[in-house]
Amino acid sequence: MQALYGQLLVGLINGAFYAMLSLGLAVIFGLLNIINFTHGAQYMLGAFCAWLLLQQGLGYWWALLLAPIVVGAIGVVIEKTMLSRLYKLDHLYGLLLTYGLALIFQGVFTNYFGSAGQAYRLPEEFSGAFNLGFMFLPRYRAWVILASIIVCVATWFVIERTKLGAYLRAATENPTLVQAFGINVPRMITLTYGFGVALAALAGVMAAPIYQVAPQMGANIIIIVFAVVVIGGMGSIAGAIISGFALGVVEGLTKYFYPEASSTVIFVVMAIVLLVRPAGLFGKER
Amino acid sequence: MATAAESNAPLRAPATSPRTFVIGVVILTALLIIAPFLDIYPVFIMKALCFGLFACAFNLLLGFGGLLSFGHAMFLGTAGYISAHAAKEWGLPPELAILAGTVAAAILGAIVGILAIRRQGIYFAMITLALAQMIYFFCLQAPFTHGEDGIQAVPRGRMFGVLDLSNTLVMYYVVLVIFLIGFCLIFRIVHSPFGQVLKAIRENEPRALSLGYDADRYKFASFVMSATLAGLAGATKAIVFQLASLTDVHWSMSGEVVLMTLLGGMGTIFGPLVGAFVIVGLESYLSTGFAIGSFRFGPEWFTVLDGVIFVVCVLAFRRGIVGEITQWWASRR
Repeated sequence: MQALYGQLLVGLINGAFYAMLSLGLAVIFGLLNIINFTHGAQYMLGAFCAWLLLQQGLGYWWALLLAPIVVGAIGVVIEKTMLSRLYKLDHLYGLLLTYGLALIFQGVFTNYFGSAGQAYRLPEEFSGAFNLGFMFLPRYRAWVILASIIVCVATWFVIERTKLGAYLRAATENPTLVQAFGINVPRMITLTYGFGVALAALAGVMAAPIYQVAPQMGANIIIIVFAVVVIGGMGSIAGAIISGFALGVVEGLTKYFYPEASSTVIFVVMAIVLLVRPAGLFGKER
Repeated sequence: MATAAESNAPLRAPATSPRTFVIGVVILTALLIIAPFLDIYPVFIMKALCFGLFACAFNLLLGFGGLLSFGHAMFLGTAGYISAHAAKEWGLPPELAILAGTVAAAILGAIVGILAIRRQGIYFAMITLALAQMIYFFCLQAPFTHGEDGIQAVPRGRMFGVLDLSNTLVMYYVVLVIFLIGFCLIFRIVHSPFGQVLKAIRENEPRALSLGYDADRYKFASFVMSATLAGLAGATKAIVFQLASLTDVHWSMSGEVVLMTLLGGMGTIFGPLVGAFVIVGLESYLSTGFAIGSFRFGPEWFTVLDGVIFVVCVLAFRRGIVGEITQWWASRR
């Protein structure tokens, strides 16, 4: 039983990262119509940013604040200088460009830091664990689950329930019309991309103490997140969040009941969803 | 998708006429026949030809069907594993081993195709990538692939009982023949009524549907053909290099073939081959590292270079090498 709860917890943690990353992908896709292949690399950049800040003596909380800003700013530059040239073309070019950028980031970091991972020391205040009676819950893991839920819900709230979010949704439907109402849509697109990227970086900082900070960490997770996105469908923000957490749990359960399949289970779920509901669980056929 | 196709249209290079194709193939064949005597390393050309066939097969789907698969490495790699296993463990002669690998890729292509053609555009790319990753994990765990080691020391054997493939020159000409068969087949497919319908679907799917063409069936058929030919390339490659390894099923290999096609010119007949020669050439040229000014780059910088070529191609060079040349040639007249 102890092992089952342990794997469930691991699943929830993974699910928290899947949810935050697929949320960022969905937000970016909604407005830019681009699948951001660099998302994994930007997650990796966030983790490395935290690690580098720690070398300079700036701890976890500083990283949580600074890494998303720095990586988000890099994202803004990428959007301004490159992505914005591609909006009139086939969407596939956006995918190819961001794939190329991901290779560049990953390659440069592999060359400077090697492919072996760097350990990120857990902040003092998170050492120890809560005793829940049936299992021990390490404090940091509790924090990651809580924080990711807060981030996801806050993002959902801003997009679905505020005026800013209403502009965003309107621009998703019909950018020309929204621009005619006097809203600066290109700037909104830039900031949206920056926000999505910052979300990836934030996830990266949160992941740093749990996983090794390694150049390949993004590539490994992004393909799974793509499958999560296909399963959930990119139609809704809530759908991205729910399917992220749910699939993390499914993966955790598989690790307990049939470990051999744990690395492939999400892809199998994707295949089944495609057969039954091609548009994804929360998606609309467009 | 309609708007995307329209904005994409001006970038398409003029189609290659059968006459140009025949002239091109004759020149190419002549060059490749004498190449081993021109002090060019045959192993290098064999590698480039295998990747060239792989990229041409991929281009059949992207360039003529408008479908971007981001998981084509699964066909290359699976076929490689099966043919290596068949040649080494079952002791099959090379022609049957290659056939076994190709058939395996065709079957895999049919299974993946059924799933992938349910979505279009970006989703299609993500689905193929995810399914390829699944195959990668399978190959990592399955006992017969020997995990990280791969299947090594695959015997080349005697083809049809007479051609001794352990002789590099004999192997070279066999690879050349396999490549030419695959290459001409692709040209034939593109210029058949089937290929025309495929192009019609790429340009405007609703219109093709309204004309009574079952778009999904055409897409599925082109997917299986592309997978099969990619498998032929992978199976041949395994016999040539006597090795089947995880590199060939990894996602970076799927990216590599996209890059070859993009650089050479997608939707052109000769483009992917040119792209394959350039990339494989760069790779072997840079295998000892390179220097820009006083800054030395090791061979591990190749990933970064790949990424830079991707970015440059997408931003400034979307027609690719062959696409730009044909465009320039057409505008001169």
